[in-house]
Amino acid sequence: MSKINTQPNIAGADDFYAELLAIHDGRPKAESDAINARLILLLANHIGDRAVLTDAMTKAVDCGHR
Amino acid sequence: MTTQTRIFETPLYPYARSGDQDAPMPVRHPVVIVGAGPVGLGAAIDLAQQDIPVVVLDDNDKVSFGSRAICFAKRPLEILDRLGCGQPMVEKGVTWNLGKVFFDDRQIYNFNLLPEDGHKNPAFINLQQYYFEDYLVKRLRELQAQGKPIDLRGNNKLSAIGAHDDYVALEIDTPEGPYNMEADWLIACDGANSATRRMLGLDFTGRVFEDNFLIADTIMEADYPTERWFWFDPPFNRGQSALLHKQPDNVWRIDFQIGWDIDREEELKEENIRKRLHAMLGEDAKFELEWCSIYTFQCRRMESFRHQRVLFAGDAAHQVSPFGARGANSGLQDADNLGWKLKLVLDGTAPDTLLDSYSEERVHGANENILNSTRSTDFITPKSETSRAFRNAVLDLAEAYEFARPLVNSGRLSVPCTYDGSILNGPDSSDLPVRTRPGSPAADAPTRDGWLMDRLGNRFQVLAIGVDAPDSLEDGGIGIEVLRLSPDESPQFTERYLGEAVRAVYLMRPDQHVAARWTSYDEKAVIAALKIATGRA
Repeated sequence: MSKINTQPNIAGADDFYAELLAIHDGRPKAESDAINARLILLLANHIGDRAVLTDAMTKAVDCGHR
Repeated sequence: MTTQTRIFETPLYPYARSGDQDAPMPVRHPVVIVGAGPVGLGAAIDLAQQDIPVVVLDDNDKVSFGSRAICFAKRPLEILDRLGCGQPMVEKGVTWNLGKVFFDDRQIYNFNLLPEDGHKNPAFINLQQYYFEDYLVKRLRELQAQGKPIDLRGNNKLSAIGAHDDYVALEIDTPEGPYNMEADWLIACDGANSATRRMLGLDFTGRVFEDNFLIADTIMEADYPTERWFWFDPPFNRGQSALLHKQPDNVWRIDFQIGWDIDREEELKEENIRKRLHAMLGEDAKFELEWCSIYTFQCRRMESFRHQRVLFAGDAAHQVSPFGARGANSGLQDADNLGWKLKLVLDGTAPDTLLDSYSEERVHGANENILNSTRSTDFITPKSETSRAFRNAVLDLAEAYEFARPLVNSGRLSVPCTYDGSILNGPDSSDLPVRTRPGSPAADAPTRDGWLMDRLGNRFQVLAIGVDAPDSLEDGGIGIEVLRLSPDESPQFTERYLGEAVRAVYLMRPDQHVAARWTSYDEKAVIAALKIATGRA
């Protein structure tokens, strides 16, 4: 089964993170939530592989329960 | 409301005294059907065509009150052709292919059902349930005129039932008082609130959706095209959904989601319905209301559709949301599955355990329908802030990007069920196309002697495609007719039944489903598959 890549994979990690936060700057929570939802759907479609998506969802849930 | 007499207000099969009411002892019938809706009438016609005497009881004497089910899919139309009444419905019905999806105040995209070519019947027709039932009753009268043993009793209400191992005892209420009769087999087609199910104390579990929908069937001379329009969160129904769909006779189905905490009586007042319609159609719109109703729904089914000698079909056995047109359409597939099995059991050529496969196969169908209809409902009526955020994200993205359109779910329209994994399925050949694998309904295709579907059904058949085979076969009193076909009947036929193969043999069930298939003819193999398909293996 294909797994999601959990090794560092983004060049310029700090830049990416700053950009991610910047799109939410000054926005009400509902607007931020909408942007996040659209972002997840865009990224999920780009990945496409169903097994990778399931693995990502599982890891996202489990990580928060540690 | 209109003042003219409407088809659904006229008694179509008024009460008439039956000889059973004067019999000294309860009369025993081979099959009694409770409920003269689409499923009960369909089952009755199927059995009568096979010369099985059948009594149909209905607690009223009219067709469906109001349009109710309006969308009939290709597979049920094929079943209706087999029952001898499909084409008048297709001619009367509205054929549509185009759907438009709106979000807020704008159209976000449209879709075409793009029906595949090489099929006799369209992908869908819209037809009011009262017309649908009227055509079924006409067909039933036609069969009666031919001497077929079919007895439709209006204003005969089932009031008590006794289930036994080998028969069912019934008490019936009529305008002239009660009477008793017995049935070897009872088919309960008495709807979501099935009295038969209640009187037998049987389960009916699932999920309740806390929402109300207002149907306003509106008569108007409007130039809306023949399309299905679906709105998410429109200005005229904020935070909710709406649907517009055309029926024959300039009747438009308009469906408003109106939420859970409502004042039913207030919502159903004509002035309030008119207010909603004007907000949607414009202040100047001219229309009449034909029929209005508020409905809620559940997605649920019975654990098993067979209880000793009682068989449940249609909404009595399973209930879905209306999104996807999976109610009446799946009920007709229940009747289709049951008719030939009951015939073999009554003839004594198959064991009564064959009827367990009715429950197994149709529970499989019900699960598929409940899954699809639950998902549509969750998309249309989000139940949490997060599910609403994702739903709206899908709609926003769908307007700009094609990738999100398959995620938009305003109802996944009814497609026929394939009985994958059924105990009645025989051998398969991996060299043949996946779509016609055992358990699938036959795919229509043109042949030199007409549509393939018109040549299938009502008996076991072998399709001998490019191979030699005898004219007919027989085993244990069950006949098989051989239909010889050439590998190149039509390009669609070749694609759907052969793929890359040059010859093939299909064993077809009387309900036009594939039982088994091979790439060469072997009589022993065909007979073995017939035994499996009739529960005699």
